[in-house]
Amino acid sequence: MDYALQQLLNALAFGAEYSLVALGLAVVFSIMGLVNFAHGEIIGVSAYSVFLAAALGLTSPIVAVLLAVAAAALAAIAFERVAFRPVRYAPTTTGLLTAFGVSIVVQNLFMLLISPKPQSVSILNGLNQMWFFGPFAVSSLQVMELVVSGLTILALVLFLNRSTLGLAIRAASRDFATVRLMGIRANRVIATAFAISGALAGIAAVFIIARRGSVSPDLGFSLVLKAFVACVIGGFGSLPGAAAGGMLLGFIEVGLLVALPQEYGGFKDALTYVIIVALLVYRPEGLLGQRVELGDKEI
Amino acid sequence: MLTVDNLIVRYGAVSAVRDLSLKVGRGELVALLGPNGAGKSSTINALTGLVTPASGRIVLDGQDISRVRTEDRIRAGLTSTPEGRHIFANLTVGENLRLGAATRRDPKGVRQDIERFLALFPVLSERYGQAAGTLSGGEQQMLAIARSLMSRPKLLLLDEPSLGLAPKIVVQIFDFIGELKAEGLTLLVVEQNAKQALRFADRVYVVSAGTLRHSGPPAGLADEHGLFNLYIGG
Repeated sequence: MDYALQQLLNALAFGAEYSLVALGLAVVFSIMGLVNFAHGEIIGVSAYSVFLAAALGLTSPIVAVLLAVAAAALAAIAFERVAFRPVRYAPTTTGLLTAFGVSIVVQNLFMLLISPKPQSVSILNGLNQMWFFGPFAVSSLQVMELVVSGLTILALVLFLNRSTLGLAIRAASRDFATVRLMGIRANRVIATAFAISGALAGIAAVFIIARRGSVSPDLGFSLVLKAFVACVIGGFGSLPGAAAGGMLLGFIEVGLLVALPQEYGGFKDALTYVIIVALLVYRPEGLLGQRVELGDKEI
Repeated sequence: MLTVDNLIVRYGAVSAVRDLSLKVGRGELVALLGPNGAGKSSTINALTGLVTPASGRIVLDGQDISRVRTEDRIRAGLTSTPEGRHIFANLTVGENLRLGAATRRDPKGVRQDIERFLALFPVLSERYGQAAGTLSGGEQQMLAIARSLMSRPKLLLLDEPSLGLAPKIVVQIFDFIGELKAEGLTLLVVEQNAKQALRFADRVYVVSAGTLRHSGPPAGLADEHGLFNLYIGG
């Protein structure tokens, strides 16, 4: 019972983290058609900001958490302003290559300016404890991951459904030109989408730092690949799809770890992708993906 | 209200609009007629700034807006209901109307305007919380026009409001356009359906192959042959 509960919590926590990062990718992709592979470096900037602040004498974990989220949101806005805005109307592949370029440049900046080796960051270690509920011992970090991700997604849903800018982001995912015809500034819609994407990455960064206790230049890259897969499972561009895809990916991974005999544990990733391929053969548009309506005539 | 001088729109080597000049006076309903591919929509898109013209001057209320961004043209009081309606299908009817008022800072007035349009189009009221994509074509057109009016424009550009709609619905839509004119709104209506467009028009421009063929009062165009000859450049 204890074991089953622990694995369930594992799956939920992994899934929540994938969902956060996948939502960040999806919110930008849905309005710009840009797969932002530099999303991992937004997580990186966030993590290194906390590392530098701690090195300079910051001791408050709360300030570190706020700093992580703020730094990530600002980094995302800066990436858009500097790198993605000039290629906004270029073909999709240009945006994709630009994102890889940003990713490589920023990773190398971490290596050159700080160090290629992992650096220890202990300021958020306090988040990672064992909590005891009666006979059950659970990781506080996993519980927080689940609760915070849930609240964050709830806040995002409220923002997208209640605020004018949120409505504009949803509308822009289908028809950006007409959003501009409402007098809503395209730059503002896109900057907001990047800021949201960054803030989600910042929250993920907090949990990564707390779990690993260190930062390294390639910190976010593999996570973004997983988030990309989560988006594909859910249907690229669909926000509910990204959240669901992330959660499903968490469950597949943990489920395989539990089900596979120890000596076959190395096949976990391979089998994960086999399951995903099978899923895509059955539903090529992803779980919640849908065809985009283009209207009668493009303007 | 609106003056367009020597507008030229090109897509690569193809000229869509060649040296078009037109004027819309305050309170006027001006019809821009022409066959498919005449450059009518290109003209509208150049007016809203979604397409950048190769040359020409666009003056709104004495202010040269030729180099102004789309968003700021809307804020300056020009609004367009695009061809094919382009309602936000994944948003509800209410959300569509709210986005139409995105530039306004008077929540009370916005609420009053929404209520006014819901009273005017009861079907929008019934479907207020539903995705706008579930509306019929005619209902979508009404929503699209109402959404444009939510910004309280000085000048409304209507691009093919009759497109793809049943004749009975088209008459309803143009009745409503006539009411808007009676309320004092300035309108530029682009149409292929000449008969409906001529019902309320003060003046008419006819374009064909990107060039202005005729301008003047609607009376002389009521004869279908006259219009046909203008369309084919006879």
